[in-house]
Amino acid sequence: MRGNNVVGLLFSNVHDERIRELTEKRAMASVPFGGRYRMIDFILSSMVNCGINKVGVITKSNYQSLMDHLGSGKAWDLSRKREGLYMLPPFGEQSSISNSRIDALSSSSRFLTSSKEDYVLLSNCDMVCNIDFKQVISFHLKKQADITVVYRFGKIPDKMSNTGVFEIDPDGRVRDMLIDPKVEGECNYGLNIILIRRELLIKLVADCVSRNLYDLERDLLQRNIGDYQVYAYEFQGFLQTITSANSYFEANMALMLPQVRAQLFNPERPVYTKVRDDMPARYGLGSNVSNSLVADGCQVEGEVENCVLFRGVRVDKGAKLRNCVIMQDSDIGAGTRLSYVITDKNVVIKADRSLMGFQSYPVFISKGSIV
Amino acid sequence: MLPKQEVVAMLLAGGQGSRLGVLTKNLAKPAIPYGGKYRIIDFPLSNCVNSGIETVGVLTQYQPLVLNDYIGSGQPWDLDSMDAGVHMLAPYQRGRKADWYKGTANAIYQNIPFIERYHPDYVVILSGDHIYKMDYSKMVAYHKEKEADCTIAEIEVPWEEAPRFGILNTQEDGRIYEFDEKPRKPKSNKASMGIYVFTWSKLRKYLEADEAAPKSSNDFGKDVLPAMLNAGERLFAYHFCGYWKDVGTIESLWESNMDLLDPNTELNLGEPSWKIYSRNPVMPPHYIARDARVQNSLVAEGCNVYGETDFAVLFSGVYLAPGAVVRDSIIMPGVRVEEGARIQYAIVSEHSVIGKNAVIGARPEEIEDKDKWGVTVIGDNCVIAADTVVPPKAMIDSEEVQ
Repeated sequence: MRGNNVVGLLFSNVHDERIRELTEKRAMASVPFGGRYRMIDFILSSMVNCGINKVGVITKSNYQSLMDHLGSGKAWDLSRKREGLYMLPPFGEQSSISNSRIDALSSSSRFLTSSKEDYVLLSNCDMVCNIDFKQVISFHLKKQADITVVYRFGKIPDKMSNTGVFEIDPDGRVRDMLIDPKVEGECNYGLNIILIRRELLIKLVADCVSRNLYDLERDLLQRNIGDYQVYAYEFQGFLQTITSANSYFEANMALMLPQVRAQLFNPERPVYTKVRDDMPARYGLGSNVSNSLVADGCQVEGEVENCVLFRGVRVDKGAKLRNCVIMQDSDIGAGTRLSYVITDKNVVIKADRSLMGFQSYPVFISKGSIV
Repeated sequence: MLPKQEVVAMLLAGGQGSRLGVLTKNLAKPAIPYGGKYRIIDFPLSNCVNSGIETVGVLTQYQPLVLNDYIGSGQPWDLDSMDAGVHMLAPYQRGRKADWYKGTANAIYQNIPFIERYHPDYVVILSGDHIYKMDYSKMVAYHKEKEADCTIAEIEVPWEEAPRFGILNTQEDGRIYEFDEKPRKPKSNKASMGIYVFTWSKLRKYLEADEAAPKSSNDFGKDVLPAMLNAGERLFAYHFCGYWKDVGTIESLWESNMDLLDPNTELNLGEPSWKIYSRNPVMPPHYIARDARVQNSLVAEGCNVYGETDFAVLFSGVYLAPGAVVRDSIIMPGVRVEEGARIQYAIVSEHSVIGKNAVIGARPEEIEDKDKWGVTVIGDNCVIAADTVVPPKAMIDSEEVQ
């Protein structure tokens, strides 16, 4: 059986500014990750796997590569006659409030009003995780909540801003919400994933707009904590929020851990992505690869250690790569040494070059560069 | 009425492929996994699409379940178009009569109504057991240029191997004057590749005549083509140069997979202008662990490699435990190789488990009696117990193991 009375809605540009290098020519949602994915694949696949068959993707800027990636939505089984994938680019010229999710929701109000589903699941695309939303939905229904927010217990990741911190009673109801408070140690911090009744969302958004309030956290959530039944669902599985180039790098490296891969790539809830029809990766004579993630279409003849190689990467003889993230179709020349380097797509590093970054400051090479 | 298609391709995929033993127990030969992520049928289908042929009939008869499921709507090959696309054609009942496909020619004969729907000028007949990349549109152009009634693709094989093939003897202009089926003393080394282009009106006439002939075995090679030649029709040979391999036997299937590991191979599957499409598994990139050793190998997505591989083809989702060794072998999707197991010169079929310290196959230099050596085959879903030794040339069936 398909369909579960929930419509998904994704903000593809939120937090673009956190990794400027990678979002210069693309939205956060289409930042490549983990050898063959784009950031949006994780949350979008989670949505599809829980039975959601209508998803709107709100875009604001730089969304060409995202549109190319999503296409008709076929790879997520969202290319359908009934429902499916809806791209929601900026509507008209009047909207100008920078990266306001309230503004984006307000200009997508047609999508919301014309949907038949009773609930809306909102999320950003800056998280690497595989959430079983079926559990979030049944929690929401069991608690008869108006709004359910998904949170995590732990230390707030570095450089994460505009974060809601919740005070939760034993029943799971949110009693108080603070935004970016000064906290030492662990707390319940929000993940910007919200499940809400569709009619209520439309009402609250209209209410915010009429008062010229445009902050989703402060104006839509915090202001209404007392008036509505707001519940919080704790997600305990693997999750890495991309808050900086550093955390992007670390999230890629986390994939080397078997328990992370087991949670993220749970075969019962697969992560879908665009198909490229590359041949399997080919290892040559003398290749020496250890603790690395390698995608289809790679040709490896050199030494690779602690690296993520995206689809179609070539590593020539004698090249030595350590702690690198090498994106699609990059060529690493013979004898080149790289350490703590992130290359964007289609980068060519010629023979015998040497580039060294540091764990806390990886070197970034932008799309299509030739070194 | 459907729009006219100039060319319709008919892919013969009904054969059992009995020489492949346990590998074709539960699936038809064209559905056999090949090259780390493909199935054999991906090659003719991708060739069709890349050549601009959008209408393909796939004739199935033996174990069609896996094949039907794999082809589906044809979307992975871009063959899910509105008026054309791929069609699975199994034999069916008509009137009071029901017939299995009696032979290759009869299979096409029974599907004349399918072909007629598209009013084609030409029909391309393909088989589902060869690995090659070929532009059929060039062959059709040659067929037109020669004003031929039938064109047969031909490849030059080493003279010493020519007696294994159907040999085409041609005049200087390429016109065929004689077929020589497995000749003891070949006059030429031009072997038929089993790829035919026919002018449809001619073929239809000969298929109907062949069906009416009571003694015919209804086979293209044995009946239809000789009949056309004897009647003086224009039959031409089309020269093909490049990689082509019949993978109808365990040895040739193994060799053809190993050919992919040769850095100078003629068969480049990474060519962007002539991609081989397949139904892609939804799996993460593969992981190579810290103490793993991977050389001269093809590794598909979803694999977890903790052991050692050299000259191996690992399909998607293979798990290789620490200390496991795979050499000169083909490991099909979803296989688990447990710690210390050793696999050499073997083909391990889908979802089998090789127990701890089991030894599968052997290197030819380890065996004194060369007649006893051969590629070992483990069928699908076999569970090989720990410490088991499976000798070279053995063929293990999952039912036997239990």
